[in-house]
Amino acid sequence: MGKRDRLSGNEAIALAMKGMNLDVVAAFPITPSTEIPQYFSQYVANGETDTLFIPVESEHSAMSACIGAQAAGARASTATSSCGLALMYEMLHVGASLRLPMTMACVTRALTGPINIHNDHGDAMGARDTGWIQLYAENAQEAYDNYIMAVKIAEDKQVLTPVMACQDGFITSHAVENIELLSDEEIGKFVGLYEPAEYLLNEEEKVAMGPYDAPAYLMEHKRQQAEGMMQALPVIEKVAAEFAALSGRHYGLIEEYQTEDAERILVVLGSTAGTAKQVIKNLRAKGEKVGLVKIRSYRPFPAAAVAKAIKKAKAVAVMDKAEGMSGIGGPLFGDICVAMNGLGGPRLIDYMYGLGGRDVRPEHIEAVYRDLAAAMAGKADEEQLIKKAGPYYRYLALREE
Amino acid sequence: MAYQLKEEMSKPERFSSGHRMCAGCGAPLAVRAVLRALEPEDKAAIVSATGCLQASTFPYPYTAWEDSFLHSAFENAGASIGGVETAYRALKKRGKVKGNYKCIAFGGDGGTYDIGFQSLSGALERGHDFVYVCYDNEAYMNTGIQRSSSTSRFADTSTSPAGKVVPGKLQNKKNLTDVVIAHNIPYVAQTTFMGNFRDLHQKARKAVYTPGPAFMNILAPCPRGWRYETQDLMKICKLAADTCFWPMFEVEEGKWRLTYEPKKKLAIEEYLKPQGRFKHMFKPENQWMIEAFQTEVDRKWQDILTRCQ
Ligand SMILES: Cc1ncc(C[n+]2csc(CCOP(=O)(O)OP(=O)(O)O)c2C)c(N)n1
Repeated sequence: MGKRDRLSGNEAIALAMKGMNLDVVAAFPITPSTEIPQYFSQYVANGETDTLFIPVESEHSAMSACIGAQAAGARASTATSSCGLALMYEMLHVGASLRLPMTMACVTRALTGPINIHNDHGDAMGARDTGWIQLYAENAQEAYDNYIMAVKIAEDKQVLTPVMACQDGFITSHAVENIELLSDEEIGKFVGLYEPAEYLLNEEEKVAMGPYDAPAYLMEHKRQQAEGMMQALPVIEKVAAEFAALSGRHYGLIEEYQTEDAERILVVLGSTAGTAKQVIKNLRAKGEKVGLVKIRSYRPFPAAAVAKAIKKAKAVAVMDKAEGMSGIGGPLFGDICVAMNGLGGPRLIDYMYGLGGRDVRPEHIEAVYRDLAAAMAGKADEEQLIKKAGPYYRYLALREE
Repeated sequence: MAYQLKEEMSKPERFSSGHRMCAGCGAPLAVRAVLRALEPEDKAAIVSATGCLQASTFPYPYTAWEDSFLHSAFENAGASIGGVETAYRALKKRGKVKGNYKCIAFGGDGGTYDIGFQSLSGALERGHDFVYVCYDNEAYMNTGIQRSSSTSRFADTSTSPAGKVVPGKLQNKKNLTDVVIAHNIPYVAQTTFMGNFRDLHQKARKAVYTPGPAFMNILAPCPRGWRYETQDLMKICKLAADTCFWPMFEVEEGKWRLTYEPKKKLAIEEYLKPQGRFKHMFKPENQWMIEAFQTEVDRKWQDILTRCQ
């Protein structure tokens, strides 16, 4: 069974990488994910893994090399953040449309500019429509677990879609936490060996990948690709159940915390869930009916599960850590609106928060719950709020002077 | 074993006809000639950058490639073949692949001199065992004949048009082969289509069977972009070599060797004349352009002669 250790999220990911029967890892340094290839190349240098490491000259080449390797029949993975993920953008689409079940440890960080190395979700949100599955982790343990599960989800024959396991830069990638680790053998057995149906180095049958697709074909190919994404929802749950049997740790598409009778609910991605849970404990102790929905699978978006979880609430705050620059709120808010389309349900309020590493403290979360209470009572000072951020969304902990 | 074109031609074809490249285009000749250098029992894993070659040889659901083939993007053939080659080593080590594979990447000059340059340089430096073949047609043909850093000076292209005040492309052709040589890889060659293809064939064999990275720069004219009669392809290539515009040489483990020396070095006009893209250079007031072009050719030729001594 698991071995306890005190590790950062990055080191945990690198340890998982060692157990995942990977053939190829290609990566390029960028804060805050840099430690992952550093740890990993140390394992390679010490002969602790026989995975081949390609120290590429850019993230664009990291993703390109992973695509080449996975297309050739290897199991490949990479790690990146921020500008690195942005540089991969075109290749993320190419890899996903080739239905190559690669994995990536994405350590989220603000996207330049201005340049900033701290956490928000601007990078990962830029990749949300690339055809990659995206899982978000609350803490290092979940980051580690998600990354291991990613292999099985991606390679499922119904899915064949690459997976990005996201964790929050510095907050979970660098903070040292208690983690329960699986042995390399346990991980290896859990993920099994990669057995692709079609690959370049298949000696029995050759294959050509990446055609020019005329209008007569592209739409059907995209529809097939979307099917893989849709099929991922039940597969993510199935793999989580298998993982629970191995590790004793349970994960769903979303995690509901104290939502059963909650009137006010917060919807979040990533590490803020931990802070929010603490606030909820305190407010519950005072008799306040507050709860939390943590989205673990952001792509595919578990709309039905989310709608079910928040429908009975009176007011819901959607927490966006990426300024989508749409003028109408962040990307998570848009998804929640789609999920609730036609269902009536609670008043939805979008908050932009935590950009570029802006601290998210318990008092900020408490303030959001207070806003929700005011909205419920019809006492929200709408005019004041509209003046601050326009009619659609508001900023949390923004300096106004 | 002496080279016999007939014998080589009797090998099973690895690049089938019926592709959609234009008549008189050099790229398919480059592909065929390189693949012919493979021993029939050796398998190949091929990558092509986006460009005319990829778009015209692999329109879904058809492919002209008999070997396993991957097209990923325009700017990443080097990294892609590096990934394939690393996968090959990993799978071979684990006994998942038994046979011999040769990893070969093709790219146009746009995909090689320009947008894919970093990716190529990285792959060369890391020392993957692969061959990169640039079919150099001196412009971005697939998107309609835009200039590249490989385009010759004064050439009239759709983004370096010869106008009333600008005489076509202003800059000299980038010397990519030199830049590749500076990576100190085991084998680099420059060639084109001549006679019975012996030069190309021998270089391709060395490139394919030399362990480590190898690079071939093959001048591969384009009838639409260069505006010559399709049947003149071979003639243009010979003129490129005979005017010393395109020196035929190789660099093996740092040793330079000239593989073709014209009996008589022809004036550059002979090469420029049959090509519509240089037509404006032959106006009487533009004589200076021809002189400038000749000066650049002579400078580069002298340089090669010195290095090949
Ligand atoms: C990132 C990116 N930029 C631009 C293009 C558009 N594009 C496709 S092929 C091509 C030109 C290819 O030129 P070259 O490599 O010289 O090959 P050729 O078509 O001449 O054979 C361009 C500009 C693209 N596919 N990807």
